[in-house]
Amino acid sequence: MDVVLDNASAVALAFGYTLSLFVVAGVLSGIFGTLLAAMRVGPVAVLSRAAAIYVTLVRNTPLLIVIIFFRFAGPKIGLTWSFVDISIGDLNLNNLYAACVVGLTVYTTAFVCEALRSGVNAVDLGQAEAARAIGLPFSGVMREVVLPQAMRASVPPLASVQIAMLKNTTVCGVLGVLEAFARMKGLTNDYASSRTEIFVAFALIFVVLVEVLSFASARLERRWRVA
Amino acid sequence: MTALENEERTPGTGEPLVVLDKVDKWFGQLHVLRDINLTVHRGEVVVVIGPSGSGKSTLCRAINRLETIDKGTITLDGQPLPQEGKELANLRAEVGMVFQSFNLFAHKTILENVTLGPIKVRKKPKAEAEARAHELLDRVGIGHQAAKYPAQLSGGQQQRVAIARALAMEPKVMLFDEPTSALDPEMIKEVLDVMVDLAERGMTMVVVTHEMGFARTAADRVLFMADGQVVEENTPEQFFTNPQSDRAKDFLGKILKH
Ligand SMILES: Nc1ncnc2c1ncn2[C@@H]1O[C@H](COP(=O)(O)OP(=O)(O)OP(=O)(O)O)[C@@H](O)[C@H]1O
Ligand SMILES: [Mg+2]
Repeated sequence: MDVVLDNASAVALAFGYTLSLFVVAGVLSGIFGTLLAAMRVGPVAVLSRAAAIYVTLVRNTPLLIVIIFFRFAGPKIGLTWSFVDISIGDLNLNNLYAACVVGLTVYTTAFVCEALRSGVNAVDLGQAEAARAIGLPFSGVMREVVLPQAMRASVPPLASVQIAMLKNTTVCGVLGVLEAFARMKGLTNDYASSRTEIFVAFALIFVVLVEVLSFASARLERRWRVA
Repeated sequence: MTALENEERTPGTGEPLVVLDKVDKWFGQLHVLRDINLTVHRGEVVVVIGPSGSGKSTLCRAINRLETIDKGTITLDGQPLPQEGKELANLRAEVGMVFQSFNLFAHKTILENVTLGPIKVRKKPKAEAEARAHELLDRVGIGHQAAKYPAQLSGGQQQRVAIARALAMEPKVMLFDEPTSALDPEMIKEVLDVMVDLAERGMTMVVVTHEMGFARTAADRVLFMADGQVVEENTPEQFFTNPQSDRAKDFLGKILKH
């Protein structure tokens, strides 16, 4: 482990990028995924169709292709993200970083939508019907009755989606963001004799991060369980 | 208690409250409601009875527009049912509905189940809504369970909460779709007792049920439906002792045997 410990600050910075990609894309895909799911299950046929097409298109495209699209094709059609240039401590969030966040968000949004939709479908139809029967409008039916129950049913699939996203951030390493995977590759090149321990160390850190997420999701699920 | 509830019960003499005029409905090819004409007067209790698939639930659900109709008109208190949006939601607030499967909000406590409509739809202050909810829960005998969740109650208790939830909206009319058919026999009576009490307080009710005891004690009229039509309409006494149509005789023969 010496190599990893000797480079602790570089490794920490790399995981800083990883986690920031995860948090930013996680929050954004959470917001857009919820909107997309509302379109998907809502009463307006056109919106529902549009959401379904988005999900089919994006979900069936490999993540690497989605991110490469935003990294290389995006600038050609004016999506340069050059206005993004933020420094937080040693983290430098530039246009490459932004392209990766957009790619991850676009991709994960489709999965969040599907996780939420499965949660909505898990809610008994009678619940929405009873809510309509007391005079709640569509928005109230959703907000007060369907979504709270759907959220609960969606916690496990949403956790899977976001755990997958955490690991998917490694794809950004290929595209110029110095996140964990890129740093690991750098270290294995510089310290060829310690390759195995570098691999193991990085894998272990990912395992710990994923475990934290799983634990949080299990807690949430338990807290929200209907008494 | 509202004025309406204290009023002496005068069956069928009130003005028309729910009026269905030449109502037709299809589910695809299936003609589920055929030329339904029905007037329910204020304070009246109408029991709807008939074989499975005859359209009883659909009739009930059409009255608060959980199902749309294809032809004819339905009016509530002189107002035609609105098509969509806010007016429709307002209409539904005026019509209480009790389902066969209770449909209490699973993630809310008993108290929250009863106060949700008054707070969110009627915009009542929370304290006032809760005070009224406690009153209603006491009335249906669930007063001491207000903090529990639906899953912790028996079916009969849940159905009584569902009745309280509907009453909390102070509806003009209450619709019951087989409110006791998902219940064990020992729980049926506790729910029927609440319904009889409601009828005696002058609530206008449309009740789909095969409980003849209830029909005899509480109903002013029995409507017999078959194949989407109202085949026979009579007082409970007349209907049960002296059915006119063959369909009704046949049907009563079957349910009386059991
Ligand atoms: N959403 C629907 N789509 C298609 N057909 C339906 C739908 N709901 C009901 N039906 C059909 O319409 C007919 C009337 O149904 P309805 O539920 O009104 O009957 P019912 O008299 O309430 O029967 P039961 O005593 O079994 O509850 C039935 O043949 C039923 O299968
Ligand atoms: Mg039915």
